[in-house]
Amino acid sequence: MPTFNLKINNQTHTVEADMDTPLLWVLRDQLELVGTKYSCGIGQCGACNIHVDGNVMRSCLLQVSQAEGMKITTIEGLSENGDHPVQEAWKDIDVPQCGYCQAGQIMTAAAFLEKNPNPTGEEIRNAMNGNICRCASYNSIEEAIKVAAEKLS
Amino acid sequence: MSTSDKFTFSRRSFLKTSALASGGMLIGFNLFNACKEEAKMPIDLSQLNYNDFNAFIKISPEGKVTIFAPNPEIGQGVKTSMPMLIAEELDVLWEDVYVVQAGLDTENYKNQIAGGSQSLRQNWEPLRQTGATAKQMLVNAAAARWDVEASTCTAKQGVITNANGETLGYGDVVLEAAQLEVPEEVTLKEPQNFTIIGQETANVDIDKIITGKPLFGLDYKEEGMVYASVLRPPAFGQVLDTYDATAALTIPGVIDVITIGEKTRKYFEGERTSWTAKLSQSDKVVVIAKSTWDAIKGKNALKATWKQDSEVENSELHDEKLMGILDGNKFRTRRKDGDIKKAFAEADKILDRTYESPFLPHNTMEPMNFFASVTPEKVRLVGPVQTPEEAAKVVSGLLGRDLEDISVELTRMGGGFGRRLYGDFVYEVAEIADVIKKPVKMVSSREDDMSTGVYRPAIKYRIAASIKDGKVTGYHLKEAAINGNMYGLIPNFFPAAAIENYQVDTANYKSNITTGAWRAPYTNFLASAEQSFFDELAEELGVDRVKLHMDLLEKAKSNPDPKIEYSPERLQGVLKLVVEKSNYGNTIAEVYQGLAVYYCHNTHVAEVADIVMTNGVPVVKKVTCAVDCGIVVNPLGAKNQIKGGVIDGIGHTMYGELTFNNGEPQSNNFNSYQLIRMGQTPKVDVHFVKNDIAPTGLGEPTLPPVGAAVANAIYKATGQRLTKQPYMNNLQAEKVVG
Ligand code: FES
Ligand code: FES
Repeated sequence: MPTFNLKINNQTHTVEADMDTPLLWVLRDQLELVGTKYSCGIGQCGACNIHVDGNVMRSCLLQVSQAEGMKITTIEGLSENGDHPVQEAWKDIDVPQCGYCQAGQIMTAAAFLEKNPNPTGEEIRNAMNGNICRCASYNSIEEAIKVAAEKLS
Repeated sequence: MSTSDKFTFSRRSFLKTSALASGGMLIGFNLFNACKEEAKMPIDLSQLNYNDFNAFIKISPEGKVTIFAPNPEIGQGVKTSMPMLIAEELDVLWEDVYVVQAGLDTENYKNQIAGGSQSLRQNWEPLRQTGATAKQMLVNAAAARWDVEASTCTAKQGVITNANGETLGYGDVVLEAAQLEVPEEVTLKEPQNFTIIGQETANVDIDKIITGKPLFGLDYKEEGMVYASVLRPPAFGQVLDTYDATAALTIPGVIDVITIGEKTRKYFEGERTSWTAKLSQSDKVVVIAKSTWDAIKGKNALKATWKQDSEVENSELHDEKLMGILDGNKFRTRRKDGDIKKAFAEADKILDRTYESPFLPHNTMEPMNFFASVTPEKVRLVGPVQTPEEAAKVVSGLLGRDLEDISVELTRMGGGFGRRLYGDFVYEVAEIADVIKKPVKMVSSREDDMSTGVYRPAIKYRIAASIKDGKVTGYHLKEAAINGNMYGLIPNFFPAAAIENYQVDTANYKSNITTGAWRAPYTNFLASAEQSFFDELAEELGVDRVKLHMDLLEKAKSNPDPKIEYSPERLQGVLKLVVEKSNYGNTIAEVYQGLAVYYCHNTHVAEVADIVMTNGVPVVKKVTCAVDCGIVVNPLGAKNQIKGGVIDGIGHTMYGELTFNNGEPQSNNFNSYQLIRMGQTPKVDVHFVKNDIAPTGLGEPTLPPVGAAVANAIYKATGQRLTKQPYMNNLQAEKVVG
């Protein structure tokens, strides 16, 4: 089986996997970075969102072979102590219900605010439309992103 | 149901204490029945035993409080709100309270506290009693040390003070307190003195959730664990005929391919109509692999043929059967007041409408999964299930093992909505582990999860009202559901007691498609139907919608009926509040408002939806929600629950639908099944009716009415009365007037 060198959360990992293995399953089953979640596997829900070279990406659609050489950040590496402004805002608003979708929501929000620290309400809604929350915590997510934007500015 | 259920038990018998070897006091308590005489309190935290106790409280010599409870969290916040009740009466600072979800390793689960809308209501008094009892023991210990009467001492925020102003921290007296008799009488705080209850309190797992720590079933892992992916029949009514695993076995990472099913089938033999029996009718092919991905790939490489075992049904057949039931006369009458026949015969006018709803899958974001390890000594089961006791019992039966050999450990659940009440996935993984003799986790893909579910059944209602001299004289509700839906309470919901001649009839069509509870079971669609009907009825009568409801509730008040489930006063209360807060009836141009008021799951709710038309499509901009759930224990969690219920309700009302063709579900992932997304959500504005009544749950009751609030608003905007869900599929573009 081929091996790949992956740069994840500022550490290099060497993993053995089939070329077509989605990065999601390498993270979860091999590297025990289980904060990145599986929910649809087809790029529809955003539960598996990570950062690749600063852009938000669906790890269920990214093959491990494509991820080599890229700078990958997962929820576990978003901040040292869980204190990224987006995480702080998520705490302030107490966003999670069941919590399952939230790592993906936070990763999407963090990458978005990085590029657009002063978003309008409409821009927030567009940016977050790829992330499903079955508990429907959408109002709180929207509010938390506004709080995070304030913290960032 | 009355709002203040009485709990009578002797405090002495429901609580025991011990002094911990490592220092500190341990309290074990048992909420709903007395502790067994012989139940022994551990003196070491590694020995916590949930067989005899529901939960434990540890008070350390530093005065810190840790609550160990095995109740799972499915997103309803009970893991936060229930400890708040203990902490309130114990009178400690919330910062000093830690909540640990205890691992279960017990012999049976009689004491499991199940999550759900009911939990808080049932535990309201017992949990407070527990906290108050512990506080009294600490006070008694301090009083003994000072040699004064306990009644001259007070305790607040973890500090006990005597008449001379001397103080002792809780931690200072834990060892003595642990030796004392459990007091028989304690006084609970008056609601106006609450300092924790009623405060906005963050979810106790928040730090772990936002940093991605392993919490959920899918995150659970053990040394040597393998993964299993299960190939189940693609259609209801089919069973496995042959399979070929050659290609699957060539995939590196695939360890083995086995079949399961016989044990579960035998166990449920003869129960062909229950969900369990239906889901276990066929053998299943299981791919065992080194990783989840290998297992999924292996499953996709399997070749199988299926044979028909019972009818393979279509959605058209369901429609036909349910309509046939409504048109026929074979019903079971659930409640009958007066004489609807006479009322209808004498009516000036009859309003008669039929409302239709489809099957719905649960679609928890975390798909079904479970871990099992079977050894000659033990059967260990770990994962997210809402019915651990039942799971342990069935697994013991199907593997032929003593119940004492089975343990179930619960993880946090990535959503429940009713799906995890059904333990089919636990039985599967138990069978798998029993064959392969290795620790294994069964993981359903989204496709597996959506296409082998236990669905909210398709339901149709026909509601008719008779009008005489401008008044409603009769009301007749008929329900036709796949496999049955309504249960005993609903006939006693509104408008029972508010309309003189009243009848509720139900009937069902038995299908081989598995159905069961789905968020707000029994009422999730009934509320839409009923509250749409009342909107039309008001129009028909030419009376104001709010007035019609107020008058009917007034009638119910003057006609006290011990059987009715709702409180007419409380329904009037939420109705008034929502009208005031939403400015119902006085809004600005181009905003259309729809109203619904409903009681279910012990909570009274009224909602007003504001919609605008954008490019001919109705867009829900805002929902104002007035809720009477008694005392609001945690307003932060409560608002989240309410908003979630409303938005989830709009999503399913507008877009949710699972159809069948030849027994096969026609959606299996989020590209063919639409869940609501942020761009489609309104702002939800929440208001509580303030009172001192015991709290009721919020996970469910705000979902059912919103469908009608939206439909009634769409009617105002477009002139179209929507009666068939999902509404988005049934909007007629040409009718749009807005
Ligand atoms: S799991 Fe990747 S988008 Fe849903
Ligand atoms: S919090 Fe449960 S799915 Fe989003």
